[in-house]
Parts: sequence; structure tokens; C-alpha cells
Amino acid sequence: MREFDYHPAKSAAEALDLLGRYGDDAHFLAGGTSLMLMMQQGLVQPGHVVGLRDVQELRGIRPLPNGGLEIGAMTTHRQVELAPATAAYSPTLSENFSRIATVRIRNQATIGGNLVHADPAQDPPPMLLALDAEAVVSGSGGQRTIPLDGFFEDFFQTAVQEGELLTAIRFPKQPDGVRTTYVKFLPRTEDDYATVSVAAALKLDSAGRCEHIRVALGSAAPVPLRVHKVENALQGQQLTTALIDDVAPSVRDEVDPISDVRGSANYKREMARVWVGRALKALLEQANGK
Amino acid sequence: MSTHQLRFTLNGQSQEVSVPAHRRLIDVIREDLGLTGTKEGCSVGVCGACTVIVDGNTQSACIMPAILVDGCAITTIEGLSPEGGPLTPLQDAFIRHGGFQCGICTPGQIMAATALLSEIPHPTELQVKQYMMGNLCRCTGYYKIVESILAAAETPGPVPIPEGAAGLAGPAQRIAGGQRNA
Repeated sequence: MREFDYHPAKSAAEALDLLGRYGDDAHFLAGGTSLMLMMQQGLVQPGHVVGLRDVQELRGIRPLPNGGLEIGAMTTHRQVELAPATAAYSPTLSENFSRIATVRIRNQATIGGNLVHADPAQDPPPMLLALDAEAVVSGSGGQRTIPLDGFFEDFFQTAVQEGELLTAIRFPKQPDGVRTTYVKFLPRTEDDYATVSVAAALKLDSAGRCEHIRVALGSAAPVPLRVHKVENALQGQQLTTALIDDVAPSVRDEVDPISDVRGSANYKREMARVWVGRALKALLEQANGK
Repeated sequence: MSTHQLRFTLNGQSQEVSVPAHRRLIDVIREDLGLTGTKEGCSVGVCGACTVIVDGNTQSACIMPAILVDGCAITTIEGLSPEGGPLTPLQDAFIRHGGFQCGICTPGQIMAATALLSEIPHPTELQVKQYMMGNLCRCTGYYKIVESILAAAETPGPVPIPEGAAGLAGPAQRIAGGQRNA
């Protein structure tokens, strides 16, 4: 590992100052689970590391007055998983975080670190996409928000620019009566990365038509992605298992997986079809009270 | 390369160490402070052999930068019971129920299980399996590990060292803290 200078920041403003001072030779340190490994492998070799551990304003889970939720970027996965405020907002969000890696990793890794790391195989991104979350980012020019749909630009690349700090994740109020699910296909072990994962949100109107639908996948492309073609084909339609079977195959053309130890690209395309179908059918069954 | 003066407690004792910024917690514990009960297995946070408890939470000491534990309270396997016993119910149960074979994963298993029982004093078998998923045993003695944890959950307090155990291994053969640093 390249040796580096460590600069513990006490506030977001100080962290941004330090980042500005050292430019692209500096890297933020959140929980360290990814950065430590990438530094050990020589994939990231910062000369300066800016520590965020003591920046209290980046921690915490806050229900918003409009029915939404805000989670500070330095909140650990385990804190998100166990917080009553998370379950009150969306029990599926709590469940999604309980499925990340192992308890030990969830105690160390943070939600903000996870998002800027932008590994397409991680659990939170598809769930956050399905819940219409947005990233809150601070820089010298002030604060801006980036919808998660558009946040992930390429493999390990996000829309967070040089000189910016991800400070929080903000979730809007979900439509009343929306149902959500997160499923992941794990043919090897429970703590492995998924072969494909699917997060979905669904609300039917009183006539059984799709009023609100979100479908997002992990491990299926260079980025975690919402599959808009699938959503658009179902929006406003009378939802049935037959329609799901008709539409789900189109996901094969929307994803862009790589071949690796978890399956060939073609196999993952098929699994994307299968698991999108299963996720939507599970939500349809719930909506029909089965 | 910056160096940092860290203060923390290790098994209840105050420690002050000076470390380069990139030093890992496991190297501070094993090399600088001489407590070799914590093992290094995979070195990438997966196997759980290096599990320690930091401020009540399990952590992988192999991927934890030591600079992140400044001001924290750390417990390792050496800190669970006083020299010469008594053992914690978990340590006793692992002995009585054969919760280890080669033993290299055992300190990590017991630290993880200690955190589990402080969070969920009477877990179900499924809860044990889910919580302990991150601690691998390459002898694959998982049934006995689960059995040991469930038995410990039903044991109320510290347990004297079993008769004969001291004769086998000698009483409390520990490496005293700081020995390797001397």
C-alpha cells in the first residue's frame, strides 16, 4: 500500500477545504471497507486521505416533515438496517440493508461510501433507485441534489464531481399503498454478490392498473439501473401474471451484464428476466391480497 | 506519510500507540501490543478470523485502519475472561459442545457470538445462523458452533474452567500484552 498522510476532518466544510487543498491526490475515507482493499491492491493510491469519521453532521437518520426520509452519508449499513425510522419509512429498505454482506461489514461500511464506490453488484443502489432516492452533494459552489437515476455514470463512476462531497441520501414520501420488494439470486453463498438482484415498487389503482411502478437491477450492467422500458410497458396497464410474462423478456435487451464466476452474460440476461418476473408477481400477489 | 498518536482502551486497559496512517488495527493488536489471540485469515474482511469488538460492534481488524479506532473501546478474545478463569458461558459452551476443531477461527467465532448474545440474549437457531454467516470455519464444524451458541444463551453467568482443562494446556497460557513490543 502506498503510504499516505491522514487528515481527520471535524466538519463537512473542513473536509471540503482539505479536498480542495490536495486535489486529485486526496481521497475521502468513510468506513474503509472498500478503500482499504483498493489501496492494498494498488487500484487507488492517494497521497492524502481525508477522514470523515468525526464529521457528526454526516450521520443520522431523519424522518422528513413531508413523509420522506434523509440518511446521513456516514451512517453505517447496520444503523440503517436497525433504525426504527427506516422501518417506519419502508420495511423493505430495512430488509435490503440487512441483506448486505455480513453483520461485521455492515457495522463498518457506510451508505455514502457504498454509493460513491458505485460497484454495480451492491445491494442498496437498486433499492434506492426503486424508492426514487436522490443524493445530496456539497461543493465549493454550494449544495445540489442528484437523482439516483443518473447518479451512476459508469463502472465505479458517479456524477459526484471532483471537489464535491456526498453528504446525505434523501427519499421522497412514497405513494400511499405502494408495495416494495428486494430479491437477489444467490446460487453460491448467502454473503456473495448477487448474480442478479431486483428491487421493485408497485401501486395499482382501484381498477388494478399500474399507477406507480419502479423496477431496478443490480449486477446486471456496468451500473445499477432502472429498466425504464419494462416500467413504461406496464405503466397504466391492467397488471396480470400473463402481462408480466409478456413484458419481462424485454429486460434482456435493457441490461448489459458481464460474464464472470457468477454466470455468463447470456445466463445473467435470462436470470434478469426470471427475477424481474418473480419480483413483480410477488408484488401483484400482495396487491391482490393473496 | 503522517504518524498518529492513538489512545484507546484494549480489554479495559488504556493504550497509547504511535502508528503510521496506513497501519491496520490487526497489526496494532498483534504486532505492536502482542495480543495474538486475534487471527488473520483472508485479509479482506470475509472470513471473520480477525473479528474484534469496537465500541460494542464487531469489526474486521484486517480491513480497519487503526486511525479509525482512536478513542474507542476494543475487546479481543483475551479480554473476555480474567486470567485463570472463570470462562464466559460461550467459551465454556464451545469446549463442552465441541464448537471448534482446528481452532483458528475460534477467537473470531467467540467474539462474533459474544456480540450476538449481547444484542439478542436468546436467539433462535436461524438468528444465530444469520448473525454468524460472516465467520467461516474451514473445518466446516458449523453445527457444533451453532449448538454451542444456543447452549451458552441458556447459561446464566461465568463458568469455572472445566476440571482437567488447566492440566491439558497449562493454566491460562496467554501472551502477556506488550511482550512482543519489549
